[in-house]
Amino acid sequence: MTATQEGTTEMTSPTPMERMALHYEISDFLFREADLLDERRYTEWLDLLADDYQYSVPMRMNVKYDDVARLEQTREGAEVCWFDEPKDTVEMRVTQLETGVHWAEEPVSRVSHLVTNIRLDEISLPEVEVSCRFLVYRNRVADETDFLVGRRRDRLRRVGDDWQVCRRTLLLDQSVLLAKNLSIFV
Amino acid sequence: MTIEDLERSAEQIRASDLIDIESGQISREIFVDDRIHKMELENLFPRAWLFVGHASQVPNAGDFFSSWMGSDPVLMTRDDKGEVFVLLNSCRHRGMRVSRYDEGNTMQFTCPYHAWSYSIDGSLVDVPGDLHGVPHMKSAYQGMLDKAKWGLVRCPRVHNYKGLIFATWDPEAPDFEEYAGEFHWWLDNLTDAFDGTEGETEVFRGVMKWRIKSNWKFVSENFLGDTYHGASTHASVEAVGIGPGGRGKRRHGERQNQGGFSKGRMKTSFRLGHGASDNLAYELPYPEFAEPELTEYFDAAWAKRAEKLRAEGRPLGGRGPATMFPNMSFSAGFPRTILVAHPISATETEVWRWFIVDKSAPDHVREWLRQYYMRYAGPGGMTEQDDMENWDYATQASTGVVARRFPYNYQQGLGREQLSELPGAVHSDHAIAGEVNARAFYRRWSEFVDNLDWPELTRRASVDDRVDAIIGREAAEA
Ligand code: FES
Ligand SMILES: [Fe+2]
Repeated sequence: MTATQEGTTEMTSPTPMERMALHYEISDFLFREADLLDERRYTEWLDLLADDYQYSVPMRMNVKYDDVARLEQTREGAEVCWFDEPKDTVEMRVTQLETGVHWAEEPVSRVSHLVTNIRLDEISLPEVEVSCRFLVYRNRVADETDFLVGRRRDRLRRVGDDWQVCRRTLLLDQSVLLAKNLSIFV
Repeated sequence: MTIEDLERSAEQIRASDLIDIESGQISREIFVDDRIHKMELENLFPRAWLFVGHASQVPNAGDFFSSWMGSDPVLMTRDDKGEVFVLLNSCRHRGMRVSRYDEGNTMQFTCPYHAWSYSIDGSLVDVPGDLHGVPHMKSAYQGMLDKAKWGLVRCPRVHNYKGLIFATWDPEAPDFEEYAGEFHWWLDNLTDAFDGTEGETEVFRGVMKWRIKSNWKFVSENFLGDTYHGASTHASVEAVGIGPGGRGKRRHGERQNQGGFSKGRMKTSFRLGHGASDNLAYELPYPEFAEPELTEYFDAAWAKRAEKLRAEGRPLGGRGPATMFPNMSFSAGFPRTILVAHPISATETEVWRWFIVDKSAPDHVREWLRQYYMRYAGPGGMTEQDDMENWDYATQASTGVVARRFPYNYQQGLGREQLSELPGAVHSDHAIAGEVNARAFYRRWSEFVDNLDWPELTRRASVDDRVDAIIGREAAEA
């Protein structure tokens, strides 16, 4: 790792040990973030999102093998997605959850975010591109249970001695959503 | 109980016995009972005009979009002459669903099972040396199979209303115009551009589809005219304010100087079963936006539309939310979106949402609308999330043996209906309360479910007895 003139660090060819350390640090960050969400500590959680945070969950479609690359997902920034929004909208959702009259989450759901298969795809500090799988389990009221599973890409940014998420894109493995709503953060 | 007993008991059920419009009571059975659900699938959905999809989803020859009509999967396709077809998505040989794709472009539909091939208009393809419609045509059928008779079942009636593709399986059904009646004004506002240019709209790519554990009629009824639920159901999103005016402004973006969102917003109920949450005289200008350039854009569109419609002698209102009988709902304003409640079982529904945009909308307008639609509607929408909670648990808590003994109450505005200038329609006397739309919807519903024939259905809809009742009541009061 070398320090640049601007004071940021570049990991041009990290050693295996540097990679492992970074992998550990980022995994720990993602697990901590999941805990904040599942414990509904939204104010602290929002602090982990960069101001330019963008949250996108494209929809998936059944298309021909040859069309998968081009048409299987709806396009962020242009077509209808489950979510495709900046931090400002995410904050609105938090405000709604905290009203106490948001019936979709009243009584509150029991939610667990599982994050696994973590890989550092691209290291260009201060940013790191991380890919992982998610399993979000929601149980509410009594027998209402949802499993939301898929792939996730996060772009993390080193801020001080912690990290922030600046881009999150999730690919949910369902075309027809089998949950009645998405009133939780995936 | 034998199968025959069951069948006999099913025969004895009459939908009209389960609804009491005069006293405003409707049995919970119609929302939870499997036999009623089966009667709906058999007597209502194959006879009504249903919304299948938007023409802009199949712009080119060979394009197709997979949809549902009641219990049946269909393909909406476009051939090289530009004609739109609706085909039963089930092979004529052994019934395989010939296409399991949601959309795409193809030269033909080839069944995966034994490879019967159908052209985009549904016929069994038979082009020598090119495609073989039926494998081993000669040896298996001695060349005797009448291919012309064994194409995909084609929906006999398809109607393109300014881009909205409707279809019905019933050759006896009245024309679409007659089925829609004066409700078409709401369809016009849905399909015309914001500046009033006729039919100049399209849908964004991406249809939201999701499952709910609720009877489909909860969904239809909600958009038909249940403005009563907004204050409670959507209290949380109102507290946030996600509308055009920016954070803290009301979710529909109504202007503050118009004397309140609901002033004059009487509902419109059609004898044909359709209903809208507003009326044509309720002229609600486009909202004021947080971004001045958007306000400017929509102000200009409103002015142009007002000028055009006034010149035609048309009122400017009629934006919904509204439901076209039986299961197509929409809003023609902010947001502008179509919903179809596909019946899966008595207690399960698959909801589909399309989002409409002006063909000519500049990029920044298009993008603003897209983001607004996503934060407002659908399973992730901050408004709609709470609707699903209510529909699902209302359904669940109505399935109990004891619960079923107690009807729902539909008495709002009973005997207080108001005359309308539109033939075959009346209005509520209150902007928020008023269940006149639902009462008319369920009356029409029972007429279809009880399988009245078309002459009788037409006869009943041709005279709106509610109008006579209002005239009688007003005479007595005077
Ligand atoms: S089922 Fe389609 S070819 Fe046999
Ligand atoms: Fe609602």
